[in-house]
Amino acid sequence: MSDATYVLETREVMIRFGGLTAVNNFNIGVPQGSIVGLIGPNGAGKTTCFNIITGFYKPTKGEVFLEGRPITGLPPHKVCEAGIARTFQNIRLFYNETVLQNVMIGGFVRQKSPWWMAPLMIPSCTREEKELREQAMELLKSVGLDMHANEISNSLPYGAQRRLEIARALATKPKFLLLDEPAAGMNPQESQELMEFIKKIRTDFNLTVLLIEHDMKVVMGVCEHIWVLDYGVLIAEGNPEQIRSNPKVIEAYLGEEATQNA
Amino acid sequence: MNRNEKPRYLLPSLVAIAVLALFLWWANGNLDNYKIQVLNLIAINSILALSLNLIYGFTGMFSLGHAGFMAIGAYVSSLLILPQVQKDMIYIIQPLVWPFSVMQAPFFIAVLAGGIAAALLGLLIAMPVLRLGGDYLGIATLGFAEIIRVVFTNITPITNGALGLKGIPDYANIWWNYGWCLLTLFFMIRIANSNFGNVLRAIRDDEIAARAMGINTFKYRVVSFSIGAFFAGIGGALMASLITTIDPKMFSFLLTFNVLMIVVAGGLGSLTGSVLGSAVITILLEWLRFVENPIDIGSFHLEGIPGMRMVIFSLLLILIILFRREGIMGMRELSWDAFLRRFPRGGENR
Repeated sequence: MSDATYVLETREVMIRFGGLTAVNNFNIGVPQGSIVGLIGPNGAGKTTCFNIITGFYKPTKGEVFLEGRPITGLPPHKVCEAGIARTFQNIRLFYNETVLQNVMIGGFVRQKSPWWMAPLMIPSCTREEKELREQAMELLKSVGLDMHANEISNSLPYGAQRRLEIARALATKPKFLLLDEPAAGMNPQESQELMEFIKKIRTDFNLTVLLIEHDMKVVMGVCEHIWVLDYGVLIAEGNPEQIRSNPKVIEAYLGEEATQNA
Repeated sequence: MNRNEKPRYLLPSLVAIAVLALFLWWANGNLDNYKIQVLNLIAINSILALSLNLIYGFTGMFSLGHAGFMAIGAYVSSLLILPQVQKDMIYIIQPLVWPFSVMQAPFFIAVLAGGIAAALLGLLIAMPVLRLGGDYLGIATLGFAEIIRVVFTNITPITNGALGLKGIPDYANIWWNYGWCLLTLFFMIRIANSNFGNVLRAIRDDEIAARAMGINTFKYRVVSFSIGAFFAGIGGALMASLITTIDPKMFSFLLTFNVLMIVVAGGLGSLTGSVLGSAVITILLEWLRFVENPIDIGSFHLEGIPGMRMVIFSLLLILIILFRREGIMGMRELSWDAFLRRFPRGGENR
């Protein structure tokens, strides 16, 4: 089987869309409790990798393991149930629902009472929903959104929407969290706060985090290990220092000339 | 927005039900049959609108199959309450087959059976059809409702074919109809306020995000569709007993269209909107009948044109879509919160 010291491991993952091989030979192993990054130029296949891990795409070849158990080809809701939560590059909140409802929806996957108990007012279900609501409020408090709990999520400012999306993902009680460009559209002040926030939730929720990010300050500041993807292939990996000085990475981002001049 | 808070308004709800009961009791004794019929139709239309609102307004599935579910409910329930003598009398082309020929049930059980039959059929067609989305789902469910109608026209040994069923006992009085209506409303409010209701709205708002949050969206779409079908069946069963005569022609697309109009006019995703909408539209539909009669304005004489009120109604619907797309209520609800805030206790200044 797989090496169980890794929370998440992918083995020779490949996906083909028609004639295009979007991701090829994708091998990563993410150690328990770490914050790691996946970077690469636009169109390198980063989000495709996320979609494969979370079950939205089925890889043409290769396998994905969560804590040593294979999760390849499971539908997204099963993957989430197994313990992987994610956010989206372009925020996808439930925009007509309140902030609190958004987080409660995240908690549904851990809810034990089946749906028909609520309209029949079964006490155990009422109790569970009350607990769920309290847990959701706790979560909102920890991301600093509790005072907005009853506002419609659409009305939140951009940065708060990002935090809400993370809170909603945390409500599914994940072991492994995937963040797709969490700092996109943030000013330096906000991304600084975001870095602190990611480190905080890692400790508070005993998480392992994989993030895609273009903001190099954030990537270098928060990630312990980084993989670089270009044209669907991993071209480098290492700690932030190694990545910064890796000529292949500079070439991928800035073109060949930049490497020669450097 | 207080949708999240637990409603602790048992007392005002009970008072409202008591007031409604008092009004119905008064109406039952003092209004003529025609007006009572309108009141009955409001209750049944509310049930139908609430059930379609769960499917379309809450879960975001554009379904046009309501007439089909109503037909199932109407026929199943009617076959259970038709007296033996009546059954022997109306099946003149082909006799009614066993076991339908001997089955009898009390009215409540019969209506419930109608609902369950509709829900089972809903479940059956949901499996293949709900893999579609958007407009395709609308077309598929519309086709399904037409299939039901054609099948019912042709299985003469069970449905009596195009002749339909006559002399169905008129058990569906004002109490039964409003009782079922309140039960439906209560059930829907409980769903809407529970986390299951949140999940249904999540599927409507963003299905991809819902899946990423661990929600088996297909399963819950099927569940929502079947609950909607169940209450559509109930509505059909009550309707059959109210008008005492049913035939397959009655369950055409126009019936679905009426319900859809109520839901859209009331507000997609608003339960109280559906109830308000059915009151307004049912009354308007009856009141507008005068345009189909000959009218004299001074020396000017207008011939009545049959079907004119549907023209006016279609125009109204267009106006709603143009100027108030969200309907009467939008996605909001009338709640005790808002109501009681308007009438503060004691002599507080406002």
